[in-house]
Amino acid sequence: MLQHIIQLLPQVLVDGITLGFVYAVVAIGYTMVYGILELINFAHGDIFMTGAFIGSGFLFLFISLGLMSSLPALLVFLIVIILSAMITGGMGVAIERVAYRPLRKRNAPKLIALITSIGISFILEDLVRFIAEWKTGNYIVTAPSLFNHTFTIDIHSIMPFFNNAKFQSSFIVVLVVTIIMLIGLDLFVNKTKWGMAMRAVAQDRETASLMTINVNRVISVTFFVGSALGGATGVLFMLQYGTIDPYIGFILGIKAFTAAVLGGIGNIRGAMFGGLMLGLIEMFAAANLSTLTGGLFGSEYKDVFAFIILILVLIFKPEGLFGKATIEKV
Amino acid sequence: MTEMASTNHFLEVKQIESFYGQIQALNGVDLYIDKGEIVTLIGSNGAGKSTTLKSISGQVQPKKGTIHFEGKEIHKNQAHQTALLGIAQVPEGRRIFPRLTVRENLLVGAFAVKDKKAIADRMERVCGYFPRLKERMDQPGGTMSGGEQQMLAMGRALMMKPKLLMLDEPSMGLAPIIVQQIFDIIKELNKEGMTILLVEQNAYQALQIANRGYVIQTGNIVLEGKGSELMTNQLVREAYLA
Ligand SMILES: Nc1ncnc2c1ncn2[C@@H]1O[C@H](COP(=O)(O)OP(=O)(O)O)[C@@H](O)[C@H]1O
Ligand SMILES: [Mg+2]
Repeated sequence: MLQHIIQLLPQVLVDGITLGFVYAVVAIGYTMVYGILELINFAHGDIFMTGAFIGSGFLFLFISLGLMSSLPALLVFLIVIILSAMITGGMGVAIERVAYRPLRKRNAPKLIALITSIGISFILEDLVRFIAEWKTGNYIVTAPSLFNHTFTIDIHSIMPFFNNAKFQSSFIVVLVVTIIMLIGLDLFVNKTKWGMAMRAVAQDRETASLMTINVNRVISVTFFVGSALGGATGVLFMLQYGTIDPYIGFILGIKAFTAAVLGGIGNIRGAMFGGLMLGLIEMFAAANLSTLTGGLFGSEYKDVFAFIILILVLIFKPEGLFGKATIEKV
Repeated sequence: MTEMASTNHFLEVKQIESFYGQIQALNGVDLYIDKGEIVTLIGSNGAGKSTTLKSISGQVQPKKGTIHFEGKEIHKNQAHQTALLGIAQVPEGRRIFPRLTVRENLLVGAFAVKDKKAIADRMERVCGYFPRLKERMDQPGGTMSGGEQQMLAMGRALMMKPKLLMLDEPSMGLAPIIVQQIFDIIKELNKEGMTILLVEQNAYQALQIANRGYVIQTGNIVLEGKGSELMTNQLVREAYLA
């Protein structure tokens, strides 16, 4: 049994890391907004989904314009992901402006904002479904592929107890781009003036405003950054997994949120780590559950496995693995 | 029109009424400050001192009344707008950003300043007043002692280079020797030209350094006068200096 698990490990790592980085970037969107507004922005998963659809829309557009054959794939990819990120970033800002800010102004209870975000989540799903069906006749869309060259890591010949791992070229793209986004965001939050303002507002909004910080503008910036990253990750997901539908944001959103909780909600580096961990656990479970349980549970139970881990972590460490340092209020 | 109606005082608060939801905290507060003064606002717990400061700084918007600063109407401003005009408030309980470093806490005060050189100069000045901060630049604000946090909170406000500095109970919970240091620095700042509005429960020390003072009770100003006059006033002696 152990031998079997070890054999599969290289592939588990490849798949787990890919999925884990996707979770990590989406988790950041949840954790940033929670850090500032104490709001679980349920619509964030659907921003991710919308990014996937906008990205594939651009790809179809480029194909119909005949640009695909004349431009290098990497350039097309960069144009598409940047445009999609800008659009979803703008959508995040707009949603905050129209739906959350008026509630904040009236000091509405947090629960109301939470329910509003669920409503927005449904609106986005239906809107995307409507447009997808109208344009393609089906709400499940198979996206054009850009990077589908398959590579094999021939680790078996060096270490015979491992099986070889396979991946598509899109894996490298996902990996490189998510890592760039994670490092970029970390630098933004920790090294720039606006990142500092964001942290200040998250820690004490009232006092930040006494220090000339326009809190509403900082909140807009937060939504823009989180939603742009979420949308860009949607594009990566679309390239990596090929088929998308308007409901991919729901499950993935819940898992990314789980990752954020795992890392300590509000903690950005925690969310990165939580995402990676969840991706790895999930892929490990998918590959080995059947072996581990003697065929009783198949790989389709991987989600349950991931959530059991979450529950265990929360029982023993309710503030998450990297919980926020406690704020002392005088 | 309202601009014309205001007088020549540096800050002029007229008949403001402020609320928290349905609860009325101020019932028509009047006060003014002239340039270069130290004015103190004293009163017991819950009298409305903090609410008065918050109304001036824009954290609470008064429902009635007016506030003018340098002739400009500011009572409808949001807090950051008033701060940009040059009014800094050191809040009650210091309200340091606990997970920002000391340096970052100070930099937040200079958020609106673009010129790097100006920021560095201000930083140096603040460290001149509070040398302790200089040794702790990279420590999280939340790990500092109460006295150090008060110094940081004042330093952070000074990074704004304010025209009017409002301090809300800076001596609260501090050892007498630290309180003395803080009051010395308040005096020094004032000597250098800074206008100061000082809220205190520690009435004796506040009245000693103030040009003028106001006494507030349940949302009303009940007394005003020179610092020395208030110090000898019968009511003040009984209620606040006992
Ligand atoms: N956030 C708040 N919500 C409701 N009532 C408040 C709030 N802050 C202060 N108050 C009430 O307003 C009145 C004035 O409070 P405050 O200005 O803080 O007094 P002081 O600073 O003089 O101790 C008190 O009765 C207090 O209970
Ligand atoms: Mg108070």
